[in-house]
Amino acid sequence: MADRIRELQQQVLEARNAGQALRIVGGNSKAFMGREVAVPQQPLSLAQHSGILGYSPVELVLTARAGTPLEEIEAALAEHNQMLSFEPPRFGPGATLGGTLACNLSGPGRPWWNSVRDQVLGIRLLNGLGEELRFGGQVMKNVAGYDLARLQAGAMGTLGVITEISLKVLPRPALSRTLTLAVELDEALSLMNRFALEPKPLSGACWLDGCLYLRLSGAASAVEATGLQWQGEWLEEDDRFWQQLRDQQLPWFDGPQPLWRFCVNPGARIPVLDGCWCLDWGGAQRWYRGRQTLEELAIIAAEAGGQVCLFRGGERDGEVMQRPPAALRQLHRRLKQAFDPDQLFNPGRLYGWM
Amino acid sequence: MTEVAASIRMRDVERLARRFRDFIEPEQVITDAETLKVYECDGLPVYCEMPLLVVLPDTVEQVQEVLRICHREAVPVVARGAGTGLCGGAMPHAQGVVLSLARFSRILEIDPLARQARVQPGVRNLAISEAAALYGLYYGPDPSSQIACTIGGNIAENSGGVHCLKYGLTVHNLLGVELITVEGERLTLGSQGLDCAGPDLLALVTGSEGLLGIVTEARVKLLPRPEVAQVVMAGFDRVQAAGDAVNQVIEAGIIPAGLEMMDGLAIGAAEAFAQAGYPVDAAALLLCEVDGTREEVQAQIEVVEQLFRRLGAQSVRTSHNEEERARLWAGRKSAFPAVGRISPDYYCMDGTIPRSQLARVLTEMQRMSAAFGLRVANVFHAGDGNLHPLILFDAASPGELERAEAFGARILELCVEVGGCITGEHGVGVEKLRQMPVQFNTQELEQFHRVKAAFDPGGRLNPGKGIPTLRQCQEYRALGSLLTPNAGAQVQQEERMNDRPQEHRHG
Repeated sequence: MADRIRELQQQVLEARNAGQALRIVGGNSKAFMGREVAVPQQPLSLAQHSGILGYSPVELVLTARAGTPLEEIEAALAEHNQMLSFEPPRFGPGATLGGTLACNLSGPGRPWWNSVRDQVLGIRLLNGLGEELRFGGQVMKNVAGYDLARLQAGAMGTLGVITEISLKVLPRPALSRTLTLAVELDEALSLMNRFALEPKPLSGACWLDGCLYLRLSGAASAVEATGLQWQGEWLEEDDRFWQQLRDQQLPWFDGPQPLWRFCVNPGARIPVLDGCWCLDWGGAQRWYRGRQTLEELAIIAAEAGGQVCLFRGGERDGEVMQRPPAALRQLHRRLKQAFDPDQLFNPGRLYGWM
Repeated sequence: MTEVAASIRMRDVERLARRFRDFIEPEQVITDAETLKVYECDGLPVYCEMPLLVVLPDTVEQVQEVLRICHREAVPVVARGAGTGLCGGAMPHAQGVVLSLARFSRILEIDPLARQARVQPGVRNLAISEAAALYGLYYGPDPSSQIACTIGGNIAENSGGVHCLKYGLTVHNLLGVELITVEGERLTLGSQGLDCAGPDLLALVTGSEGLLGIVTEARVKLLPRPEVAQVVMAGFDRVQAAGDAVNQVIEAGIIPAGLEMMDGLAIGAAEAFAQAGYPVDAAALLLCEVDGTREEVQAQIEVVEQLFRRLGAQSVRTSHNEEERARLWAGRKSAFPAVGRISPDYYCMDGTIPRSQLARVLTEMQRMSAAFGLRVANVFHAGDGNLHPLILFDAASPGELERAEAFGARILELCVEVGGCITGEHGVGVEKLRQMPVQFNTQELEQFHRVKAAFDPGGRLNPGKGIPTLRQCQEYRALGSLLTPNAGAQVQQEERMNDRPQEHRHG
């Protein structure tokens, strides 16, 4: 735990002088994400720039350096019976808060408990000029200036180095329990969406291998009453199931097949493909294992009102994210220029053309 | 304006109007002074300007063509929804066009299964919930102007309301927009899914006050209407006790749907206006609404009632049906007009602070109130720390408007000093440009300008709003040292006396 901001700033300035591209690294648990880049890049490590800087349970606000491990943050929150409501996935030991925001990663509760992007209140960011800038703040409502904090979600470090993050945290629900129902994909999709329409304490809805999992969270009386009404079997050790789903540790995620992530209209029917599916977020996030190309799957995603990306495995030296239309590409390039005029940060990681 | 300048202006107006009338119904291109007058300001009428003309297109293609023409001719464009904004964000530009989206008032699609609605930007906030009610759904953010304000304006300002702590701001309830760039290009940001690849441009556009593009369509989330909502009202004889009560509700692990506080002056005014049954002798009043399943609400209401009583609340009352709930809220909802009855004018501020700083800020505000010689009533979204101090003044009394503005500026600076911000939900517009350098340093403001230039290199979209120029900042900082109560009033008086209209009522 230390403040390494001066060293980080120094490294950015040196890289700028040397024209040397930088690869931003936190806990290095997400190295498999994004594109593989051939050009050598010098690592810029945030791992030592770590530590919780402020936590006020009563304000529901926590501020930490970007390199702070998620474990450390969640342990501090647990002492006050609070949590990171976006349930950040851990794809390896040492996953950090900064990487979670840069990759905009949220877990199974995302449709009901918001995403990491939603919970961000403010950040500090090193831009490509080596300037440390503060955007947003530590309060719930703040509309002064452009929202350059939430803009970083999903940018994968291409717009700057996130060095500090303030977040809204939430109380843990009194009880979480999980119902299971043995159903096939089509029926699972209908049930997920039908249940989500009801004002009940749903906090997770996942389907895989012929089983629908519905997590209920809230006052014990509300959870039990909803369980009775919806019927199904209560699942033992359900916390473990949701953790393994979140971290992609379920057997479903094993094997060499490329893993694709669809973010689509939760009700959309998708044509039968030869691979296999895992539905999460009540149908709004769908994992697919199959050998199709990005272009083929992009057509299906568009028909379902959303996008697809190659999340893990497969050919990673080509594009892994869908290609935005020309006008949007131009805007992305101009924004990159506005933050990082010398193309220092993670060039090519998100898109080959940026 | 000299006669020559006026005649050049007339020629510009006629030439531009002719071009627009080639593809837009002639009566939807407004050039006559009388009709233009309607558009000279938004909900903050102290900032007024007459535009060259107002154009009210019907289609997205027309919006694109208007923008292309304005881009070629280097004419500023100010987008406008219902004009209910409270920061002068929709004030016209003297050499510019007002692009009204009022005719984009259709709800295009409700997808009940996916709990989404696709709407045009001129759809009123409340109309979305009314249309969704058929499916047991509603749209979360509920700014107090929700009967009139439009979703396009809500996106421009990232509007909130009384239910933000639990249900979020506009940015949390928006899935996608169609955005027309300054060059007239049509972009889609977001999707029908929850997340998209790349930097979150949707978040960037939300709250950007019309400076980055024109929203011509929005996709919003809909929520299932809770089974039940109940509100607990409690009066406290000390502000500090009410502040403690707010914190203890949160510490008990409860996220209320709404948690509102009013101070003594606001309670008195609201009770006289709405007869909601508020304890008029209380120093502070809390309204704590809990919603969810019957079981959840029952469990939480018991905790809230006990907690309020233990902290010495007087007259704790809980609604047991919708009628009682509406009555308890009636006072809070009419607080602004109620304050309007006890003072000729009032000026509504909008800062956010960490909740723990509430007692300090209210005490300091009382001290400033005495120093400026103006009363202040406080209405407070206590759950999320968003203050709405209402500064009471009389515009007919020389110097009072300027004193009210100087007082307001001091309140916003105080918000920043205690770790908060200068605007929680109303936006910067023109009103809070002066306070921007209090919250942001030069490098941060320069970064904002570079982002703006990425979208709008020529600076044609809503120029002069949202982000101050660095030159303005230098001037503000130089003035800042003079901004003690008396000197501040004087400085501002000299600067602004000549171009101020008399009317100055908001809310």
